[in-house]
Amino acid sequence: MMDLVRALGDRSLERLGSLGRASVMWAAALWGLPRLSELPLVIRQIYNVGVLSLIIIVLSAFSIGAVIALQFYTQLARFGAEDAVGLGLALVLLRELGPVVTGLLFAGRAGSAVTAEIGLMKTTEQLSSMEMMGVDPLRRIVAPRLWAGMISLPLLTAMFNVVAIYGGMVVAVEWLGSDVGSFWSGMQDSVELWEDVGKGMVKSVLFAIVVTWIAVFQGYDTDPTPEGIGLATTRTVVTSSVMILAMDFILTLSMYGEFK
Amino acid sequence: MHMRTVEISVGAFVLAGALALVFLAVKVSGVNLSQSSDSYVVQARFDDVAGLRPRAKVSMAGVTVGRVARIEVDMEYGEAIVYLEIQGQPGNLSLDTGAQILTEGILGARYVSLLPGADVETLADGDLIEETQGALVLENLVGDLITRLGAS
Repeated sequence: MMDLVRALGDRSLERLGSLGRASVMWAAALWGLPRLSELPLVIRQIYNVGVLSLIIIVLSAFSIGAVIALQFYTQLARFGAEDAVGLGLALVLLRELGPVVTGLLFAGRAGSAVTAEIGLMKTTEQLSSMEMMGVDPLRRIVAPRLWAGMISLPLLTAMFNVVAIYGGMVVAVEWLGSDVGSFWSGMQDSVELWEDVGKGMVKSVLFAIVVTWIAVFQGYDTDPTPEGIGLATTRTVVTSSVMILAMDFILTLSMYGEFK
Repeated sequence: MHMRTVEISVGAFVLAGALALVFLAVKVSGVNLSQSSDSYVVQARFDDVAGLRPRAKVSMAGVTVGRVARIEVDMEYGEAIVYLEIQGQPGNLSLDTGAQILTEGILGARYVSLLPGADVETLADGDLIEETQGALVLENLVGDLITRLGAS
């Protein structure tokens, strides 16, 4: 019994400690804006986490948009309300699925890569040799990846939404023969700039901060062994996904809770 | 990969993201930039608005001419005061314009329909529409019908 309590306390303290280390790392890395000389590093990382994630984002967006349109259409057609496909699709994507699915894909595609990369750097003692040479790995390695993630994910979310709406339109209009005019006008009538587009983007910025933070910290805090890297990569994907879903619920509740 | 190729592809990526945001704003949410500058507000009092919501559309002859800005309740008279934001300059609606609340489509979104008046004078900003007819509430109609059937 005592052992159980001790193990529990030990674990909680360990978690608390890693949260503390993560916060210190985050604050230290983002202290001050990136200097102009560090811009090439950020651009390189945007290429790694953003541009290279584009294909998976576009493909998933298209199929998700198409599937939602198909489901909405078949159900709404029973009430003779096929014209509402456009607005249903847009609201679901902008408010929930766009930020969440993009965040999950980003955590799996880019977050895990960042963790493995930094973890390997630590394991092969590249980070400590940088420190020896007087180069701050927080500024040189960590900060560009944090910035790149926070810039890339919202942009990817916007592209995801556009492609998914287009995919939905292809299914609803071209294939199932819903009216193209009512598809767009229904959407424009009920979608609002701040309430739907803006709040969705706010969500995605918050997801971006959390996902990149978790990914970079898990790599930076890796146990410097081959198993450690594997474990850290898994932990990045699992923790980011759970955090995104939990945060999404809380954010939706606070943003749309009263359903004005 | 050469740094130049990386820079160009990142530039294209950021540009695509910005274009996607513009697309979402303009095409999906249908922002009308001239809308906010050219509009005025008139009031209408209804005995029952039954499910009319802020931002519902205001139409005349089936064409959207504005939106419901906000809805308040007058406790003393038990009436709802609906503020209608009308596009254009004051002076495009005649003084005896009427307003009624109708239902659109099968899903039952309520909207305000304006009925044209004949007066030469026009409604100014903040004026009250006198001729109004509230929403038809199905329960009331059914109740009415049952009472009449029972009487005959």
